[in-house]
Amino acid sequence: MRTILYIIQKEFIQVFRNRRMLPIIFVVPIIQLLVLVNAATFEMKRINMAVVDLDLSGSSRQLTSKFQGSPFYQIIGAPFSYEEAEVLMQDGKVDVIIQIPNGFEKNLIKENHSQLQLVVDAINGASAGLINAYSTNIIMDFNREILIEWLNPIQLGGIRAIKFDSRYWYNPKLNYTTYMVPGILVLLVTIIGLLLSGMNIVREKEIGTIEQINVTPIRKIEFITGKLIPFWIIAMFELAFGLVIGKLLFNIPIVGSLWLIFLSAGVYLFVILGFGLLISTITNTQQQSMLISFFFMVVFILMSGLFTAIESMPEWAQLLDRINPIAYFIKIMRMVMLKGSTFTDISSLFYALVAYAALIISLAIWRYRKVA
Amino acid sequence: MAISVDVRNLSKNYGEVEALKDLTFSVSKGELFGFIGPDGAGKTTLFRILTTLLLADSGTASVEDLDVVKAYKQIRRIIGYMPGRFSLYQDLSVEENLRFFATIFGTTIEENYDLVKEIYSQIEPFKTRKAGKLSGGMKQKLALSCALIHKPVVLFLDEPTTGVDAVSRQEFWEMLQRLKSQGITIIVSTPYMDEATLCDRVALIQNGRIMQISRPAEVVSTFPLGLFSVSSADVYRLLHDLQKLPKEHSVFAFGQVVHLSYREDELTRDDVIDFLKEKGHEEVTVEEIKPNIEDCFMELMQKE
Repeated sequence: MRTILYIIQKEFIQVFRNRRMLPIIFVVPIIQLLVLVNAATFEMKRINMAVVDLDLSGSSRQLTSKFQGSPFYQIIGAPFSYEEAEVLMQDGKVDVIIQIPNGFEKNLIKENHSQLQLVVDAINGASAGLINAYSTNIIMDFNREILIEWLNPIQLGGIRAIKFDSRYWYNPKLNYTTYMVPGILVLLVTIIGLLLSGMNIVREKEIGTIEQINVTPIRKIEFITGKLIPFWIIAMFELAFGLVIGKLLFNIPIVGSLWLIFLSAGVYLFVILGFGLLISTITNTQQQSMLISFFFMVVFILMSGLFTAIESMPEWAQLLDRINPIAYFIKIMRMVMLKGSTFTDISSLFYALVAYAALIISLAIWRYRKVA
Repeated sequence: MAISVDVRNLSKNYGEVEALKDLTFSVSKGELFGFIGPDGAGKTTLFRILTTLLLADSGTASVEDLDVVKAYKQIRRIIGYMPGRFSLYQDLSVEENLRFFATIFGTTIEENYDLVKEIYSQIEPFKTRKAGKLSGGMKQKLALSCALIHKPVVLFLDEPTTGVDAVSRQEFWEMLQRLKSQGITIIVSTPYMDEATLCDRVALIQNGRIMQISRPAEVVSTFPLGLFSVSSADVYRLLHDLQKLPKEHSVFAFGQVVHLSYREDELTRDDVIDFLKEKGHEEVTVEEIKPNIEDCFMELMQKE
């Protein structure tokens, strides 16, 4: 026990003596939260639109003004032909073109239906989907308004229609920050934890100190534990620090229990640190370790559900995500922070992480050989 | 005398390369035993096997009657090892390093201070300095202190004096003599031949094979040939010309002189002088000298 305590003490001395470490520990979380949360947003705030109004009627103007009135749309041009509008899109000046054909109003009155064309720039598939959804919404709204306007109340009463009204639970305003912060916090502790632990034992190999350690009677479990705990404490501190920044700067909601957040984070960190130490024991240089850590980190992060929903991934990818610790923890964080889930709600995810941690740390201890 | 380290038919290959070939030797308790040999002779491999860091391919080895494979855990408690490369934490201070190694051996600096006092007291004034900032000689004293802090019975020192200045080297060997007098068995390797004479016994090792084990005095006395120290105004040409001597012999540059070993029934001093005069050398001196350990080693290498 005294040995473990002393190794922990030694690791702390080494971390804090390394002048480049302190800025990393304090500046990285601030930058990550500030930059990523604000930059990596899916919200469409300014959709540039071109309106090709070939009808020039009251109805077409009414529709155009509906778009104009929306905070999301900015009409930046009203060319007289579709070709001109296409040039604008080609130049990247507009994201969406709406074409109102000649006879739009006339058809609407005479034949009770009419047509519109919506052309969306789909280079970014996700935002194209959003633009389409927003635009369709506005057009449907317009549709309902003209129905009410043109039909007399008696007729209107006869029409059976289902009116639906959607609410967004757990994030009523669809605030992107609220959605992102829990995920970014996970990234933060993951990056710090994985890199610190991944570089550690291999560094001792590089500078040769491991040879001196290996001839001592120190037990493998003592050595690995002594290595794990300091980084665990640092990463937990990072999480607390990140939560404080998130609360102060972005006023993110923390609906669930903080204890539950830290409990899950504690277990999750054992997985990540164990992973790092495992990489550290199988590599020979810090460079190799860094590359391997990055490889896993990028794959795990992209598949974590942070940016894209796991449910929309192909089935094999969803299966693969069962071994992705980041996916588990992001889910737990979102559930607890936004939804206020209790331990019972997250228990299956939690126990999966416990099992994962036990497996990966045993593997790291087993793989660490006290030989030259 | 009781045996401390016993090695029987030890072999180790790295792929195609035979690092150790059928090594057999034993070291008595309290002996200062030296391995002398060039780089790549297999010294470090042997040390790693004896310190339980590496497994041999065949053969057996024991330290204090403990088998290096079966009882490696007990061995690690009773040996001190100083690897060839400086293996302490450069970003920790002198004192932190010593305390760290004391702790992982389950002891404290205070408990075994007696043993390291003499060495450690020399670096104690710098105890808050980081190990990476020490000079070569001080690093080595610190490394020795760390290897001694748990009172080992056997001490393995792999090239402890490589890259250390002459004064520190001498001090270091004096320290070893004192440790030996406290009953610690010391096994040391070195590429410096002059250090061999400071050991109780030396093993000359080359290409993974022990060529000879004997007391330093014996190594010299069993030198089978005669030896001349030859010098002239132009040493380079001298070396070159001496190689063309018609009789069986061998020559080595030895600082500013050339050592010429020969079979005593075949060559005389006058033969050499005449030969060199013929070649036009000036200021020629040829002296009969007693061989030192390096001459013996060169001779043994020649035979290989």
